[in-house]
Amino acid sequence: MPNGLPILDIAGVSKTYKTRVGDIHALTDASLTIGKGEFVCLIGASGCGKSTLLRLIGGFETPTAGGVKMWDALVTGPGPERGMVFQDYALFPWLTVRGNIAFGPKARGLSRKEVCAAADCFIEMVGLTKFADAYPHQLSGGMRQRVAIARVLANDTQIILMDEPFGALDAMTRERLQEELLELWQRTQLTVIFVTHAIEEAILLADRVVVMTPAPGRIQSDNRVALTRPRDVASPEFNSVRRELSGLLVSHVMKVPTEVRPLLRALP
Amino acid sequence: MLSALGRWTWPVVVPIAGLVLWWIGTNDRPASLVPPPVEVGRALWDLAAGGLYDDAFSATLITHLLASVSRVYGGFLLAALVGVPLGLMIGRIGVVRSMFEPTLQILRPVTAWLPLAMILFGIGPRSAFFLVFLGAFYPVLVNTIFGVRSVDPRLFEAASMLGASSSAIFPKVVLPAALPSIFTGLRLGLGFAWVVIVVGEMTGVQTGLGAIIMEARQLSRTEIVIAGMAVIGIAGFISDQFVQWLGRRLLRWSPQHA
Repeated sequence: MPNGLPILDIAGVSKTYKTRVGDIHALTDASLTIGKGEFVCLIGASGCGKSTLLRLIGGFETPTAGGVKMWDALVTGPGPERGMVFQDYALFPWLTVRGNIAFGPKARGLSRKEVCAAADCFIEMVGLTKFADAYPHQLSGGMRQRVAIARVLANDTQIILMDEPFGALDAMTRERLQEELLELWQRTQLTVIFVTHAIEEAILLADRVVVMTPAPGRIQSDNRVALTRPRDVASPEFNSVRRELSGLLVSHVMKVPTEVRPLLRALP
Repeated sequence: MLSALGRWTWPVVVPIAGLVLWWIGTNDRPASLVPPPVEVGRALWDLAAGGLYDDAFSATLITHLLASVSRVYGGFLLAALVGVPLGLMIGRIGVVRSMFEPTLQILRPVTAWLPLAMILFGIGPRSAFFLVFLGAFYPVLVNTIFGVRSVDPRLFEAASMLGASSSAIFPKVVLPAALPSIFTGLRLGLGFAWVVIVVGEMTGVQTGLGAIIMEARQLSRTEIVIAGMAVIGIAGFISDQFVQWLGRRLLRWSPQHA
């Protein structure tokens, strides 16, 4: 770590779900340290535990073994310093864009003035000033995801956790949002942990790509992406990184025995 | 998209066709059990304003209508006052759910309550009020429970991730998320109240739309029976339109109501 203590220290974390068909080892003995300001992508096939790991960092699940530490405090539950951006947005449908973004600052008891200032600032940052009073159902998927991002930023988050945030969007919107996210990350020095199953997306965005393997879910390798930014998806260097990572992913996708596939699908 | 003309024309096509068929089937047939629409119209006019027949029914509509409306809204408001909080608690608190839900489900078939209501409250307006209350209570209760139970669990996660304390979850997440469903329950409950009021007023009540219908039946004044039915239909319709308008205003955020 360049500056001392890592922002996140994941040590020997396992998560087992008990089901009627037996125990499912969603994640086994995962260890990872992440420095402040790093952009880390978790990548792997379905059932490799990447979403489970993200939810453990978010505090939405408790590990069966091991622990997640932020700075030097054990994570015991969700909190504003670890802002989650869900794939299905999870916006409050009864609140306007402004209401959704102001939810966190209000919940934490900031003064009216501070709440308004934070909301307006982040509405502008994600370019939704004209839609500040619109309700989520009136927005496109890309706009909803912008609101979800603004919502955690307005809450002074230190780490943004993103669970396949652009998975449900069309290709053009996805590219726009990827660019905006990178710009935002470079400007704010935030730490980003981003789950995806798209290799190209991972290489485009991340400082480090953590490859995970299913059955049982575990961390297979931690790959630093040495490409300079801004990255060009069409460049030969990008391609060679992609080929290398594809190799890692294919090799273990093949290894999943057919009899455990129904089990993998049963994972939450 | 319907044009403005179409929006107002199409809904009246079926009622007008019905009236025409009714008129063809009954006009100039003295032996018909059903009077022609013109006679029902005259009865309705006399019921409302008087001046045509000058009998016991003349110009009494407003009294009966007010009596029914006050019972409908009284019973309905009481049902909402009990049903919504109870539904919220049953939906949210496990102990309350195990305590009340089985009993309430067993007591649900409401029609069987009529004889007991007559014993308890006597034959009269209080039985009618009680029946209206029961009729409105269950739709309100069941929909409130459903609304509370079907909140997207992601929203709980989102709220706690944003720093909402567990005591803030109920007013800030559960209540607003359940509101459309609660509203549906209130709308259904008010509809049921209008159905039940007529039955409730048919036994030993002096005033109310159900009461004049029964009285007119005993005197073989079929035109007044039908006129009374028409008033109930229209009153129920207006009351439902009002609730829907209220819903559109309060639930602008909900794609089902906006």
